[in-house]
Amino acid sequence: MTSTGPGVSDATADRSATSDDLLEVRNLVTAFDTDVGRVNAVDGVSFKVARGKTVGLVGESGCGKTVTALSITRLLPQPMGQILGGEVLLDGENLLDLSLEEMGKIRGARIGMIFQEPMTALNPVHPVGRQLSEALLLHQDLTAQDAMRRSIELLGQVGIPSPEIRYAEYPHQLSGGMRQRVVIAIALANSPALIIADEPTTALDVTIQAQVLKLMSDLQEEMGLSILLITHDLGVIAQTCDDVVVMYAGRIAETGSVEEIFAEPRHPYTRGLLEAIPRLENPRKQPLHTIEGMVPGLLDLPSGCRFENRCPHREERCAAELPELQVVEGDHQVSCFRWREIAGTRRDGDA
Amino acid sequence: MSSPLLEVNGLKTYFPVRGGVFMTATAVCKAVDDVALEVGAGETLGLVGESGCGKSTLGRSIVRLLRPQAGSVVFDGTDLVKLGRRELKGVRRELQMIFQDPADSLNSRHSVAKILEEPYVVHKVGTEKDRKELVHALLAKVGLPETSLDRFPFEFSGGQRQRIGIARAIALDPKLVVCDEPVSALDVSIQSQILNLMLELQKDLGLSYLFISHDLAVVKHVSDRIAIMYLGKIVETAGADDVYERPKHPYTQALIAAIPAPDPTKRSGFQVLEGDVPSPIDPPTGCHFHPRCPHAEDRCRTEVPTLREVAAPGEQAHTVACHFDL
Repeated sequence: MTSTGPGVSDATADRSATSDDLLEVRNLVTAFDTDVGRVNAVDGVSFKVARGKTVGLVGESGCGKTVTALSITRLLPQPMGQILGGEVLLDGENLLDLSLEEMGKIRGARIGMIFQEPMTALNPVHPVGRQLSEALLLHQDLTAQDAMRRSIELLGQVGIPSPEIRYAEYPHQLSGGMRQRVVIAIALANSPALIIADEPTTALDVTIQAQVLKLMSDLQEEMGLSILLITHDLGVIAQTCDDVVVMYAGRIAETGSVEEIFAEPRHPYTRGLLEAIPRLENPRKQPLHTIEGMVPGLLDLPSGCRFENRCPHREERCAAELPELQVVEGDHQVSCFRWREIAGTRRDGDA
Repeated sequence: MSSPLLEVNGLKTYFPVRGGVFMTATAVCKAVDDVALEVGAGETLGLVGESGCGKSTLGRSIVRLLRPQAGSVVFDGTDLVKLGRRELKGVRRELQMIFQDPADSLNSRHSVAKILEEPYVVHKVGTEKDRKELVHALLAKVGLPETSLDRFPFEFSGGQRQRIGIARAIALDPKLVVCDEPVSALDVSIQSQILNLMLELQKDLGLSYLFISHDLAVVKHVSDRIAIMYLGKIVETAGADDVYERPKHPYTQALIAAIPAPDPTKRSGFQVLEGDVPSPIDPPTGCHFHPRCPHAEDRCRTEVPTLREVAAPGEQAHTVACHFDL
């Protein structure tokens, strides 16, 4: 672990806000204090989200993708979760420098959030319309009547039939897909520039997932939204994202455009992951590619590459040294010492 | 042809919906409504559908964790619907189940050794020493280390826990294992390990599987034939490749179109099936799928379609419950 203290920023931050990047995360380090010690759930993560683009943050359970989102929005569970270092620049402004009050004005206004389980994101004892109005009134100077009118408009915009009636209904009266549409309406209420969506369709059936993903992509086009999409589903990534950040055990394994990551994955983990998914077009009942072993626990991380214990290409160096991100080409980066050598080999490590 | 290992006919499992001051039954939820299916020896039948379509209820009715209202479940020549509890116990040696979340289906206060020994104790297999050996052999079969024996389910990861669930299910050398979403809670890299294990065990032990899942890609990978379920009824059955290559029912077609392909060069633009799945308490008249169906006509609103054979003579059976040839 690098010895960065609270509030330490490692870059001399050029604050020119005119760039194409709406969000830039630099060297984020987030730790949790547990009974058995401090664990770095996110350890030196950097990526950018350009205006109007969708970036997918993909990885398996516990890789730190949700903690990254919670760090950006400063919603980490307190007091256990702490941001130890790095910067989160929204339009050039470091969100980590803001007071909680200032942050409250950004959340829900400039950053909209969508979570996995709409039933927990919505308050069960208030009608959905009122929750939507509340979001509007919190950030905009509207009369209650205007807020209601605007809420009904928004419900219509996210494809909820008869929005005037639905306005007065409670979350339990809506289906899962409709609830997620309400959550999307709330996220969009104050015309944010950035949407952070954490597994937005994971709890939904596949036909409903398609509806919600279509809605998000239509709204993105209409409103020029930037989206940070967090998911474990490589299919959803392939269908919706421009760029991909692959995380493993708190660090970035590989990042690049969606085309490069899927066509020419360089990190053994990305390669293994892509080969492990059952695909409809592949022959049936054949053994699937597997990644042997398990993700290391965050409490006893290896000192070298975090994927080392499962990697078919490991060598001595991998256990001793932590690989940094190296440029493959353009924005395509990979944190593997051996990416050049293994590029031509079969993905399971056999020559 | 010899009769299949499992033959389900006219199976109905209804639940009363209670309401009012006295909690009297006010409606019926037809979770499984007149279902027929077959699983041959050594075969895997995949059962696919979205939440609430009745696929888990169907699985549980077959192993008789639930009591069906009508119909027959003929397993290896015996109709399980007619059996009492004591007679069922004998059948359960041959008919086992794997659940989605092994954390819920394994007793958290028992060690792995105790969990895996239990089936042998219940069915009075061998001496204590024999049983120890059997448990060791089981562990090896599912790829768990010997050191697992004295540990408890919570000490394991999701993938390893599912291995324990599988070990318990195959302990008594069953003929058929009903698997209800066995890999849905697992990460991709672990999911492939478990699917490989299940395929291997099938080959080694000659198991038949009824593999229930909402994930068509996973089901297609492990299945020989697939049945698609919608609101309590089976709407299509066919060979696994046929379902994917030549789906006949508009719901099956929509289901396949909605799967996000893990390939950015094949972007579908989300061909969207409108509407939500209706409630099985008050399903639409006629064909249950008609309110969402792009091909629906008047006839679909009134007339319930039954499964009919659409395969050409000599081809593998392919049945579909739709009035039209699509």
